[in-house]
Amino acid sequence: MTRHLLTSALLAGLAAGLIAALLQFWLVTPLLLEGELYESGIRSHFAASLDAPVQSPAGAAEGLTQDLSRHIMTAGFNLVAYTAFALILLAAMTFAERFGHPLGARSGIVWGVCGFFALHLAPAVGLPPELPGTIAAEVELRQVWWLATAAATALGLGLIAFGAGLLPAIGIAALALPHLIGAPHLDTYFGIAPPELAAEFVARSLGVAAASWVVLGWLTAYFFTRKTES
Amino acid sequence: MTTKTLTRVDTSLASIALAALTGVMLLMIAGFAQASVLHDGAHDTRHAIAFPCH
Repeated sequence: MTRHLLTSALLAGLAAGLIAALLQFWLVTPLLLEGELYESGIRSHFAASLDAPVQSPAGAAEGLTQDLSRHIMTAGFNLVAYTAFALILLAAMTFAERFGHPLGARSGIVWGVCGFFALHLAPAVGLPPELPGTIAAEVELRQVWWLATAAATALGLGLIAFGAGLLPAIGIAALALPHLIGAPHLDTYFGIAPPELAAEFVARSLGVAAASWVVLGWLTAYFFTRKTES
Repeated sequence: MTTKTLTRVDTSLASIALAALTGVMLLMIAGFAQASVLHDGAHDTRHAIAFPCH
């Protein structure tokens, strides 16, 4: 049983991680590399005159083929991250199953969307995805807020979905609490990269995560229920 | 609602805990460990996934 649990999560995590990596290379990495040009000072947001436009995405796209080992590492860590997500997600799914909430590939999609809410969307409300070079508060403080927000959101969604009586109301409070406390922020803006680039990066990285989590939820439930049904 | 049926699979709490712990451990390695080897390798992934990176 344990083995089936772990292999289902591993298969789903590797598949979703691969899809996430491919989507990132397509949509996110070019923006990330362009952001690095501003981080390293090769480009400067306000230095360009009107004759020489700042934006030149073609230059960033070249970087994709330049540094192969770097991108292999990125793909590898995506596989690790999404396998981690799959294990946590399947633990939650099977825990709910013990309380009489049957699991199927279709409900897996809903689980995946909720996973995206808990681990990406809710933390991003306080700490938007950052381009390289973004100056922000202490990393440890942000990590603590990120983890606490992900945990509170997961708990809140669980209470709303499965709780009876007052529990859903407590769930809503758990969703709101991290944002009432507020994420650690600096009191000044630094804005090294152009806001258009940063905005595009945020939207695309969240979009890629949403798509990957839907696949992850669906595959995790599919692999896990496939064997138990036969 | 909580009536048990014979067809439902009850995964043992130990298995669930093992999966959850392994998952959290991997998440810490991929997203949160600040060791520079891990940080450098995972840099782009962390930014793309929106973990707080540096």
